[in-house]
Amino acid sequence: MILNTHAIIFMGLALLMVIAALLAVTTRNIMRATVYLLFVLFGTAGLYFILHYTFLGAVQVTVYAGGIIVLFVFAALLIGKGARDLTHTSILRYTAGFTAAATGLALTTYLIFTHQFPDVKPLTSVVPINLIGHTLMGSDKYNYVLPFEAVSVLLLACMIGALLIARKR
Amino acid sequence: MEFTISILALPLISFLILALAGMKLPHKVAGGIGTASLAIVAILSYVTAIQYFGAGRGADGLFPTITPYNVTWLPLGETLHIDMGIMLDPISVMMLIVISTVSLMVHIYSFGYMKGEKGFQRYYAFLSLFTFSMLGLVVATNIFQMYVFWELVGVSSYLLIGFYYTKKEAIAASKKAFIVTRFADLFFLVGILFYGYYAGTFSFTPDVRLLASAGIVIPVALGLMFIGGAGKSAMFPLHIWLPDAMEGPTPVSALIHAATMVVAGVYLVARMFPIFIEYAPEVLHTIAYIGAFTALYAAVVACAQTDIKRVLAFSTISQIAFMMVALGVCTSADPHEGGLGYMASMFHLFTHAMFKGLLFLGAGAIIHAVHSNERSFMGGLRKYMPVTHITFLIACLAIAGIPPFSGFFSKDEILTACYSYSPIMGVFMSGVAALTAFYMFRLYYMIFWGKSYYETELKKYQKGEIAEKPHAPHEAPWTMTTPLILLALVSCIAGFIPFGKFISSNGHAYEIHLNAAVAISSITLAVAGILTAAFIYRKDSNRVILSVKVQSKKFIIAAYHRFYMDELWLFVTKRIIFKGISRPIAWFDKHIIDGFMDLLATASQAFSYSIRRFQSGNIQSYCIWFLHGVIILALILIFLV
Amino acid sequence: MIPAEYYLVLAALMFFIGVFGFFTRRNLLAVLISTELILNAIDINFAVFNAYYYPEHLEGFFFTMFAIGIAAAETAVAIAIILNVYRNMGTIRLKNLKKLKF
Repeated sequence: MILNTHAIIFMGLALLMVIAALLAVTTRNIMRATVYLLFVLFGTAGLYFILHYTFLGAVQVTVYAGGIIVLFVFAALLIGKGARDLTHTSILRYTAGFTAAATGLALTTYLIFTHQFPDVKPLTSVVPINLIGHTLMGSDKYNYVLPFEAVSVLLLACMIGALLIARKR
Repeated sequence: MEFTISILALPLISFLILALAGMKLPHKVAGGIGTASLAIVAILSYVTAIQYFGAGRGADGLFPTITPYNVTWLPLGETLHIDMGIMLDPISVMMLIVISTVSLMVHIYSFGYMKGEKGFQRYYAFLSLFTFSMLGLVVATNIFQMYVFWELVGVSSYLLIGFYYTKKEAIAASKKAFIVTRFADLFFLVGILFYGYYAGTFSFTPDVRLLASAGIVIPVALGLMFIGGAGKSAMFPLHIWLPDAMEGPTPVSALIHAATMVVAGVYLVARMFPIFIEYAPEVLHTIAYIGAFTALYAAVVACAQTDIKRVLAFSTISQIAFMMVALGVCTSADPHEGGLGYMASMFHLFTHAMFKGLLFLGAGAIIHAVHSNERSFMGGLRKYMPVTHITFLIACLAIAGIPPFSGFFSKDEILTACYSYSPIMGVFMSGVAALTAFYMFRLYYMIFWGKSYYETELKKYQKGEIAEKPHAPHEAPWTMTTPLILLALVSCIAGFIPFGKFISSNGHAYEIHLNAAVAISSITLAVAGILTAAFIYRKDSNRVILSVKVQSKKFIIAAYHRFYMDELWLFVTKRIIFKGISRPIAWFDKHIIDGFMDLLATASQAFSYSIRRFQSGNIQSYCIWFLHGVIILALILIFLV
Repeated sequence: MIPAEYYLVLAALMFFIGVFGFFTRRNLLAVLISTELILNAIDINFAVFNAYYYPEHLEGFFFTMFAIGIAAAETAVAIAIILNVYRNMGTIRLKNLKKLKF
């Protein structure tokens, strides 16, 4: 692998994401955990940019970093003291969780490196936005208007459902 | 003869109506439905009899056997199939008349006797059920149908004995009757199965070749069937349920435990008579000996009972035993050569149903009047209940065998048959007949003569010794006296029916002729019995009896306790069967079989307890286990497969 | 040019860190944060597979996009539920939320 700009950026992002992710699941303060999650999400958006999926990166930043993190922050603030109680679990559970995760990781990594993937023919340019628009709104094969509409209905339903569940009685 | 189906259908319909809707009906309507259906059944039975016997004999000199209905119910093999149908032949037509007549009388009588009784409608429902089953039994086309109705009869008997289900004795008696007869029926069923398996048929009149192929098994099967009959007909030693069955309402005793159901055993033997006489004469003679012993035993016990219904119960046992003896002493199918007993038995069945029904109904009227079964509450009743007195006297004369009442003729035929079998049997049965006269008139004098309990009490009351004014006995209402009078009339004239013209062992007409020697000797013995009873019991205290009583005190007490037969049965069942066999088996079942099952349950429970922590309700634990499982499965699939 | 395996390993790392968090966290909100990590790891995988092996298509791209949208909806509902739980039970600690066990 040639050390180029992309690689350096990728390494930095990867390091940031792993550390932020680890901290997000271990820190005792819920607000901090949220912020670490935000870092991970930004990192992911960066990965999308490196992959030439700039639109996806934008969506990631808008929806995740902009929307979901705000939700988390509000929830943490609303719950207040109760949310801050991040006492850790028993050592047994800790070990069991760690073993399961570590074994899974080892297994997955082994599979990633042993599996014969097809030939790489990477993207060289950014996916044009008009193509994305046409694909999203088209009704031909490999077009996504139907899932788009379905997701819109789902979002509406979720909105109403969330309101209903969360409102004070 | 297609209308005969309604003879069965009407009581069944009446039962269904009364059982399903009866409790909502007023007493009179419920009773009216039962009685009306029975009245129609009785009329139809008479029509059947007139048409059947009126049609005359066939070319072979026999009354034809008619089966208006026969449906193959369960086809089991080529010749072996269970049918349901109606069969008319001389004895079944005769039984139709007996059952419908007595049942109708009892239905009418019960209006008065059961008046205001709680469960009046239930009572009529059960009566209808019983009548249906009994009619079904006698018209059965094959032995299996007979068995089905036989059990139905047992059930209705059980229900009626336990009619007063709040009374402990009644419940005990009904259970006893059911268990004892059911125990006997087990043998009956085994006998039927033997018969069906080896002879390959359930028919009453099987193919000769089929029977010949069965060979030695036929006597065994017939013997087993007779045990079933002995249970229903209260032959020694299975008689123990009948005296206790008197806990039921008295009209029920008259119908079931005197006139109809208890003769089912006799009817069974008579039904199988052609096979008995052909293939198992020695079994038939054994029946005769059992019958003779039962007759004597029951007669002796009857002499010592104080409960009037018990006396009648033992008298019933004794009289049924007479019928069994008459069947048993037959040596051939020809009535002129040793086959007389068959006709005599059926004749006696007919007359006995009438006069024994009358006796029970009369006893019911007396019990109705004095509100007790015990003879010490009676005495001197002839002034207060003239109709009952006269009818009861007629019945007593009939059973004692005094001409011209019906019992004389039938009993005389039985005795003649016995003498022709062996003189010893004849003399023995004559003795029992004399004893019959004695105990019946003992009963008669105790009830209607002697010191009146009521008058004694009344005197005491007038003197001021007791506070309550005693109840004056009164004559029964017309609903009760009408059946008494009708049955008394039948008892007077039934003896003159030329019975042999209709029924005989081989089906050919037989002219009944009195054997002068037997007739005179039996009349003499009966009169002697009556006079002895009159001498002892007409007046209250008599020095001769007192001394006799003191001298034979032990014997009388033993007879009063029925020679401890019940105790013997209890000993056998409780001490030997329950303790010796059932308890160990129960122990085995409880500790070994159940123990094994318990062990399985305990083991799985222990296992479940050990893994119940998995079900913690903690979603994270579930997920950890899930992931571990997935990883293990993935490892297996990747590296091992 | 960064090899695809690097991305995949990174995604796997994120995924199992999320799983670890999901197992060990005692607080519903924290569990939800772990879930977000897991979802993100999956999204990366979709994008990488699409970009490296099937660049002429946009399946992975759109799958990721829809996943992001649905994740947003799911989070909204989940947080609504958590708020409701807190209001009713006074706690969002998993240890105390066992009423559905029986």
